[in-house]
Amino acid sequence: MFEDILVTGLINGGVYALLAVGFSLVFGVARIVNIAHTAFYMLAAYCFYALLVKAHFGFALAGLTAVVAVVALSVLSYKLVIEPVREHESAVLIATIALALIFQELMLFSFGGNFLGIPSTLEGTVTVIGVKIAYQRLLILAVAALMLGATWALLYRTRLGLAIRATANDLEVANLMGMNVQRVAMATVAISVALAAIAGVVVAPVFVVDPFMWLSPLVTMLAIVVLGGLGSMKGSLIGAFIIGYVEAITVFALPQGSFLKGAVALSIMVIVLLVRPEGLFGVSFEEER
Amino acid sequence: MLRSVLFAVLAAAAGTALAQGAIKIAILGPMAFVQGENHWAGAEMARDEINQAGGISVGGKKMQIELLRIDTNEIQSVPDATNAMERAVSRDKADFLIGGFRSEAVIAMQEIAMDYKKIFLGAGAAHSKLGINVEQNYDRYKYWFRLAPTKDVDLAKTVFTILASVAAQIRKDMNKPAPKVAILAEKAVWTEALVAAAQKNLPAMKMEVVGTWQPSATATDVTAELSAIERAGADIVFTILSGPVGISVGRQMGERSMKAIAFGINVEAQKDGFWQASAGKANYVATLDTYSEVEVTPKTVPFVKAFKARYNKSPTYNAASYDGIMILKAAIESVGSMDADKIVTYIENNVHVGTAGTDTFDKRHDLVWAPGKTTGIGVQWQNGEKVPFWPPQIKGMKSFKLPGH
Repeated sequence: MFEDILVTGLINGGVYALLAVGFSLVFGVARIVNIAHTAFYMLAAYCFYALLVKAHFGFALAGLTAVVAVVALSVLSYKLVIEPVREHESAVLIATIALALIFQELMLFSFGGNFLGIPSTLEGTVTVIGVKIAYQRLLILAVAALMLGATWALLYRTRLGLAIRATANDLEVANLMGMNVQRVAMATVAISVALAAIAGVVVAPVFVVDPFMWLSPLVTMLAIVVLGGLGSMKGSLIGAFIIGYVEAITVFALPQGSFLKGAVALSIMVIVLLVRPEGLFGVSFEEER
Repeated sequence: MLRSVLFAVLAAAAGTALAQGAIKIAILGPMAFVQGENHWAGAEMARDEINQAGGISVGGKKMQIELLRIDTNEIQSVPDATNAMERAVSRDKADFLIGGFRSEAVIAMQEIAMDYKKIFLGAGAAHSKLGINVEQNYDRYKYWFRLAPTKDVDLAKTVFTILASVAAQIRKDMNKPAPKVAILAEKAVWTEALVAAAQKNLPAMKMEVVGTWQPSATATDVTAELSAIERAGADIVFTILSGPVGISVGRQMGERSMKAIAFGINVEAQKDGFWQASAGKANYVATLDTYSEVEVTPKTVPFVKAFKARYNKSPTYNAASYDGIMILKAAIESVGSMDADKIVTYIENNVHVGTAGTDTFDKRHDLVWAPGKTTGIGVQWQNGEKVPFWPPQIKGMKSFKLPGH
């Protein structure tokens, strides 16, 4: 059972990390609580489905096109919906909820309420320390590691990354220093949605694509970012793996209570909010940001 | 301007004339989902068949059927369903009501229909409460009849009967006197009685229960549950699933090349889209179902063939809306009017040979449970085909297969 928990938690944590790090990034830089974040993940999955299954693009082309299209849509959404109300956090919250619901209803209208499946990019399974794992799940883990590494490199090895970190550190000072903080915020939204879209593309062949698939990961993602510390990317990364393992332990230790794994994650979120509102790593990473 | 007004007046007059000469039947279902699509498709087939033959004779006067497509959106919202029902009756002036899917919504919709004394033929919800209402307060609830599926308790009887035949095959082919069963049920109110019954009855049926796993109905990942089930050495995964988790179970069992066979209730596996949704991985997944090209009644095969030809897919049990309209036709023509009380009496006292089964109704206006007549059938996915295998005595049934056999 220990081996099962080890492997299952690692893979679940990888998917959650892709979503949570992007969400945290955009909050840390632009103070935007983007509830539509997982809706972009859902849109990418649908786009990938349409291009791969209906239009018969190859895996790589369908995946790339889906990510690019969703990122372009996110930039458009930012300009049209978020930027005009950006100064009002509650308005941003409501606007992004509305955006997510619009995307959901559009997919429901276009594809119906049917559950759709996407063929695996990689077929077959491998046994690791006695646990059977599908290659597709290993691919998810590898892509998650690669993307998180690339995000770190972008933030710490490029001028754009420097600008993003400077804006995250102090938006007003960055603005006074002549940086175009609006453009930095838009670039951050694009990077963060790209991470969500990549998650949608690699995860879609394992899960089921439907218009409501954004809701469950949204709840888990919120639990993760609160646990890790809102706005802290490292906190989100660690929080993602903690929640991934907590869910795995719940399923294996309480078979009849496996439906509780979401509730357990939310309970952790509530406890953290009560005991340490800044999150487990909030203070130290706050300074780092 | 004058011409526009004239057109509007003429259109309104034409609409009124059509309404006066037509029997309005509201088809209520979640129209963006498979269940509603099938409610509507079954009804369309009945409407076209009847209208092309001249309509329904009401006391000697031929009347056409006019269908009202009412989207209840009940999968997402129960209040939407009650609003839709209210609209169908009060604004659209429906004469009869057919459909419904989600028990919580149908229980609320039933109240509105009964308030207006409208005949409501259910084609989707299984909860016993709907029939209990009729028994406890006949005068109010007598306008309700359940066409499909059989009530939840009877669904359990059917599923245990089929499970016994699956276990017998495992005993014979795999030489396992007491097959090991893992119960995999989504966490929902409707599964509670079934889970308790399975835990109690399976040992008496000489099966060993190795555990019960209860994921969420919307879980997209059940690898942890399946991993634990594999380690428990299960031969049968007894599924009690209605949500998309049914797809995840089928697909992920296939991906893991599990030797256990999945059988039970898996609503998603009843749909033609299941094979695509599971990316062709759900071989050997079996479930209770209603329609296939087997002679449940003499009407079943022609109906299924015609349905497939028209809609390019197989009907689900919600397409029993077809049978509902046919029952109404027979009742109206027999009593010579659209008087609801007389029609109720006719439906209560007659046997109805439909496409989904041979229906007689008990004092709760539930279908009388009879294997091969109202129980539905067992089907199994075999290489992309949904193959019927139970009850074996019905003409057209094929063999149930075990992985690796």
